[in-house]
Amino acid sequence: MRTNPDAKPQEGISFLLIDMKTPGVTVRPIIMTDGAHHVNDVFLDNVKVPVENLIGKENEGWTCAKFLLANERLGIAEVPSSKRGVSMLRRIARIEPQDGGTLADDPAFTAQIADVDLQVQALEMSELRVLSTMAQGGAPGPEVSTLKVRGSEIQQRIAELTMEAVGEYAQPYQPGMLFHDTNETPIGPDHAPPAAPRYFNMRKTSIYGGSTEIQKNIVSKMVLGL
Amino acid sequence: MDLSLSDEQKQLQEAAERFVRDKYAFDARRKIAATERGFLPENWAQFAELGWLGMAFSEEDGGYGGGPIETMIVMEQFGKGLVLEPFLPTVVLGGGMIARAGTADQKAALLAPMIEGKKQFAFAWLERQSRYNLADVSLKATKEGNGWSLSGHKGVVYNAASADEIIVLARTGGSAREPKGLTLFVVDAKAKGLSRRDYPTQDALRASELTFDKVSVGADAVLGKVDDAFPVVEEAVDRAIVALCAEATGCMDAINAATLEYIKTRKQFGVPIGKFQGLQHRMVDCFTNAQEARSMTLMATLKIDDKDPTVRAKAASGAKVQIGKSGKFCGQSAVQMHGGMGVTDEMAVSHYFKRLTMIDLMFGNQQHHLTRYSNLAMAA
Repeated sequence: MRTNPDAKPQEGISFLLIDMKTPGVTVRPIIMTDGAHHVNDVFLDNVKVPVENLIGKENEGWTCAKFLLANERLGIAEVPSSKRGVSMLRRIARIEPQDGGTLADDPAFTAQIADVDLQVQALEMSELRVLSTMAQGGAPGPEVSTLKVRGSEIQQRIAELTMEAVGEYAQPYQPGMLFHDTNETPIGPDHAPPAAPRYFNMRKTSIYGGSTEIQKNIVSKMVLGL
Repeated sequence: MDLSLSDEQKQLQEAAERFVRDKYAFDARRKIAATERGFLPENWAQFAELGWLGMAFSEEDGGYGGGPIETMIVMEQFGKGLVLEPFLPTVVLGGGMIARAGTADQKAALLAPMIEGKKQFAFAWLERQSRYNLADVSLKATKEGNGWSLSGHKGVVYNAASADEIIVLARTGGSAREPKGLTLFVVDAKAKGLSRRDYPTQDALRASELTFDKVSVGADAVLGKVDDAFPVVEEAVDRAIVALCAEATGCMDAINAATLEYIKTRKQFGVPIGKFQGLQHRMVDCFTNAQEARSMTLMATLKIDDKDPTVRAKAASGAKVQIGKSGKFCGQSAVQMHGGMGVTDEMAVSHYFKRLTMIDLMFGNQQHHLTRYSNLAMAA
């Protein structure tokens, strides 16, 4: 919240813990591209918050935010999830039929899996290098922004290849399968229903948590001195 | 050389633009998508009235003597408006195959009413194991008296729920993936033994899973020659691919225009974000990609009537590769440049992105067509 409108932008914000049931709080769902409801608009109209709900010191919220952001940019690279994504992609390639065999027999496809597999490995080691610095008492610096950029690109690429592996059967839209309120069997293979929705959903990874453009500006300015 | 449209073609383009402007504003489209059928019969009637259903067929077949260019013009506007009416399955695929392979009786019974807006079609070829191989068909048609009995399964059949007839690709001979031994059958959508599971697609169209349980058809249901359907199917699909490329070109123009408008008006850090060179360069890349998509679509449209099937195939596959690449770039860039708004359902941009994505998956994605083109080019 802005608690000092007259100070410089970063020096006038504070963190408050607000009970969602407080009068004046309105929540409006935002539906995403895949039809899911994960996020909302929250409107605050004269909401009274007890002084003891202040987190940290008044007007020192930016220090808190910076700490959160530096660590978010590290974890948000989502390396473990992407490693699982590569394994899952190979598993799907071994299932998806093509010309009497499977996609696993198609070097044009498996080469693309290998490529993203290696991208994940590079990212993993980059992240371990940062963790090593932290373990010796250092703090993650602005260069962790590159981990977020690459992490999001990798997540997107894995989602893209997974959808392409499913092919035509990624076209049926099966919201019941996605939002767990159906007893029906899926159309196509079990891994088909989430394929396209996940691809659409993963586009947010290069936007949230500081967009790729912002992250590149940070590295450009704070690491490269441009 | 003169690549410009004729006066008649320009009028067709204006009429199609007008239809989209009047009937397919984004909120209107949302309402159409929410109907049970997924399109408006009154729009379909308007297509018939405007002559669009017959424009690409010869006068001898009851059409207006146009061809692929006319189809390209209309499909591009449909892409701009994200039009939901089942033009591709009914006119381009169904009508196309009947015109090419049908007997005079079949054309009278099927093509003429379609052109008048009285019949719709669906084309059922895909099976679970097919991936993008049009010859990977196992649904069996066995001789039954004078006619045939069809049993098996077909997947992701667009417009099956509204079709009057389903054109089914079945195996009458040969081994599993052999192109020889395939036959096309025109099956009444209400035939006994034919059941459907209907669903919407990611981009608000309608498709179905079909189960054929000893569906009986007469000898007159055969479209073209028994065991010899593959060349007809390959040609029809190559034509459909080129039509899809035109639709994708329209989507790209629309999504680029929306993004350009957004970055010119959305302010952050005190200025419209379009002032930042990073976004300017990206927007230029979107523009260039759309240009190349248009060029490859035009190239393929001009070649799709060639007598040589290899020329047609290379043209269709080449264009499909381009629009896969460009569609992905424009779609992904548009979402990115719209920021958080780009991943919401309420913005039109995400719907164009979904349509471009589905077009890439249909009838072979970028990778598939790159391989097909490459194999054909190396064999020459």
